[in-house]
Amino acid sequence: MKAAIVVFPGTNRERDMAIALRGVTGRAPAMVWHRETALPAGCDLVVLPGGFSYGDYLRCGAMAAHAPIMAAIREFALRGGHILGVCNGFQILTEAQLLPGALLRNAALRFLSQDCFLRVERNDTPFTRHWAKGDVFRTPMAHGDGNYIASADTIRMLEDTDRVAFRYVAEDGRVDEGDPQLNPNGSMNAIAGVFSENLRVCGMMPHPEDLVDPLMGGEDGKPLFTGLVEALVG
Amino acid sequence: MSAKSPRPVDAALAREFGLTAEEYDNVLSIMGRTPTFTELGIFSVMWSEHCSYKSSRAFLKTLPTKAPWVIHGPGENAGVVDIGHGLAAIFKMESHNHPSFIEPYQGAATGVGGILRDVFTMGARPIANLNALRFGDPNNPQTRRIVDGVVRGVGGYGNCVGVPTVGGEINFHPAYDGNPLVNAMTVGVARQDRIFLSAAAGVGNPVIYVGSKTGRDGIHGATMSSSEFDEDALAKRPTVQVGDPFVEKLLIEACLELMATDAIVAIQDMGAAGLTSSSVEMAGKGGVGIDLDLDHVPQRERGMTAYEMMLSESQERMLIVLRPDRTEQARAIFDKWELDFAVIGHLTDTGNIVIRHKGEVEADIPLAPLADQAPVYHRPTAPARKPLPMEPIIDPVGVEQALIRLIGCPDLASRAWVYNQYDSTVGGQTVRRPGAADAAIVKVEDTEIGLALTTDCTPRYCRANAKLGGAQAVAEAWRNITATGARPLAVTDNLNFGSPEKPEVMGQFVDAIAGMGEACRALDFPVVSGNVSLYNETRAPDGTSQSILPTPAIGGLGVLEDVRRAVGLEMPDGCDIMLLGETKGQLGQSIWLREILGAQDGEPPELDLAAERRNGDFVRGLILDGTIIACHDVADGGVLVAVTEMVMAGQAGCVLDAPQSGMRPEAFWFGEDQSRYVVAVRDGQALATLAAKAGVPCRRLGHSGGQGLTLPSGSTISKARLLAVHSEFFPRLMDR
Repeated sequence: MKAAIVVFPGTNRERDMAIALRGVTGRAPAMVWHRETALPAGCDLVVLPGGFSYGDYLRCGAMAAHAPIMAAIREFALRGGHILGVCNGFQILTEAQLLPGALLRNAALRFLSQDCFLRVERNDTPFTRHWAKGDVFRTPMAHGDGNYIASADTIRMLEDTDRVAFRYVAEDGRVDEGDPQLNPNGSMNAIAGVFSENLRVCGMMPHPEDLVDPLMGGEDGKPLFTGLVEALVG
Repeated sequence: MSAKSPRPVDAALAREFGLTAEEYDNVLSIMGRTPTFTELGIFSVMWSEHCSYKSSRAFLKTLPTKAPWVIHGPGENAGVVDIGHGLAAIFKMESHNHPSFIEPYQGAATGVGGILRDVFTMGARPIANLNALRFGDPNNPQTRRIVDGVVRGVGGYGNCVGVPTVGGEINFHPAYDGNPLVNAMTVGVARQDRIFLSAAAGVGNPVIYVGSKTGRDGIHGATMSSSEFDEDALAKRPTVQVGDPFVEKLLIEACLELMATDAIVAIQDMGAAGLTSSSVEMAGKGGVGIDLDLDHVPQRERGMTAYEMMLSESQERMLIVLRPDRTEQARAIFDKWELDFAVIGHLTDTGNIVIRHKGEVEADIPLAPLADQAPVYHRPTAPARKPLPMEPIIDPVGVEQALIRLIGCPDLASRAWVYNQYDSTVGGQTVRRPGAADAAIVKVEDTEIGLALTTDCTPRYCRANAKLGGAQAVAEAWRNITATGARPLAVTDNLNFGSPEKPEVMGQFVDAIAGMGEACRALDFPVVSGNVSLYNETRAPDGTSQSILPTPAIGGLGVLEDVRRAVGLEMPDGCDIMLLGETKGQLGQSIWLREILGAQDGEPPELDLAAERRNGDFVRGLILDGTIIACHDVADGGVLVAVTEMVMAGQAGCVLDAPQSGMRPEAFWFGEDQSRYVVAVRDGQALATLAAKAGVPCRRLGHSGGQGLTLPSGSTISKARLLAVHSEFFPRLMDR
């Protein structure tokens, strides 16, 4: 799998993502500067990592969505390319309208850095194939703006077409949208991640890339990356 | 001199600028004429307490600063130590106390930004932040505003620049009501052969300004930090700088990219006193002169004067001396990161700093006397008031009730509400997050090396006995690093005290340094960087001035060759729980005494540095060989609080035996005797044998297992109850 990580001014989890990808592919991903206008040839996966692109000024992800590289990323998506957006990367994908919805300030209006539990909502995608449907895994989250919101129609469409990728849950898999312990940022339907219509673009707020090594407290996030490698081998 | 002055320069103006009559006379004799307005401004900030350390310098020199593993001690932007494999850890702690009272968010945020720059200016990528915070009485309505702003500010800056905030400490005491302490520490890692220093060299070499534009913010911030607060402190808000962590992030990346080339001769951040201190210090250290033309300084506002530009403390700016033919190469890097880049001057052989603006010479000062003749004061000292002797103790509540009150009290309650607002995992190298071990553990990327990081100080001990308190702060940092298995290497100190013009405060300062020095020497734990913050006073409306508790905060750094060997404090199942170190049951200045009896009496617990070292070396050896599975030092609240913290952090509970100690239960369980560790081992008897051979007192406390904490009385407190009590304080204070 040939992966590329897009770096915007203010991106700060590109190294974490590179370590996670290198750990499963054995080779360092390409780092692509935001001013580039083309992706590396033969790229299988584009990752938009976490951080504070353009300082989160204006709105999280709003300016990055208009960066020069984004034209190439839209085209890559149109051609059926696989894209993973994590945290600020998810925010950028919604601002670029490659994924539906938006991320508001956390309900408690504070930055939240803690572990959360995610439930895998379907496992027939390149991003989730190494989990079983309904699996619950632990992952760190670290964001101030992760409160997922969309119109009632969009939420209904996402639910009806099984495009919710991950949901914030209790350790036993229970969902309670109204419980700040379980749904820490107040997301609608406790949505932590969503897919594009073709299931090839995935955005999520928490950071599975920071839990891929037992030394750092576990490997709970690793199936995302091993699954991608298996799906996109070549 | 033809420069126009907005006001006549005379003794009265000098006094307004914070210079004494004697200091102003010295300025006149150095200059041989009346200085210009800008020159007077430069003298006043360079000779401010904040920049010149005039009250503290003579005493700081007594601290030990050398060891075979020290690469650069005090005098550079940060301390540098060898961590093996050709790598160096670069670290420092610095205060931003005064701004954090006036404007808590920006004060704390720019404190983090400033200390980050001190570290990356030496070529290190910052890999961890810590912070030591002291706030006033939780019942004071101001406290909530300050806690909220400081925590948001620390997080707002650190989270955005993408450096994990992994540790720190928080105390509450009414003495900090009008003067909170915000001490921020940054740790970075660099290759030993790529360390950048600040001494300028090479006559003719260009002087480069990079980063944010210069505005009128923070003018005379250094002078403000060198005076007491009065009732109008909040009116000083315009002197507080505003930070932009986004620009800082770009600046880190751009500087590290430039540092990978050989273009840089010298580099320094523009911190307190901005362009003045950076240019004066760089040229002064290099023994060269410097000519600056302020017309080329990137400016945020129109019509700024030379005085304003030289004294501005606008954030996120650096000054660089480049090799002559590398300007365009460097410019391209800063263009890429969309940062201002300007050639604003060059080095000369005059030994003077010459400031030009709009064709006029605004300042022309000889650098040598500006540095060499900076005032040094040996201010009078007076012995501190001794604490009252302890009254005979009658325990009114019993062990179980006292434990519940202690783990919920402001100084011991869970800090999760705070550290859950700090990104502690960014970078992907955080091995032990906040609360999981006595020191935070961060792995050095692409190596097996781990760094153990902590900040420590027990201000109530320092007030009761400043010398002992200074030594205890060092010993506790050493102990916390040791309790993870790491080898303590060096410290950075952040000395926060009241007004040095009060003999009693000066006495505390001198005593604390004496104690620190003693402990640093005994533990081979030298001071490699630091910062002094004096005049931490609040003037009440009735005119009296209250000093903070003496707070010599210690930032400690240790190293693990194999980070996999580090242990945390989580209670493991099926272990013998043992106490190492001598227990005398000293309750003087203890948290128990304060929280249960409402007294702040007695001498703090004794500190035997030989025992400290013996016990610590014993513990570290047994962690590294795998004998000790979990370890927690005994600190505030004593043994029972330590065991309870292990239960709350881990999966297993603990069943405690009745101690055969011959002392009262509250003295045994809550006494704060030093140099002790609670450890979990598979075979307590074997540990006792080893300890006896090593001369380390050892006793069994109980065994781990079950779900709660079972006291010798047979009563079991469930883990859920412990956690509920422990985690109540911050949300109740802050989220109401």
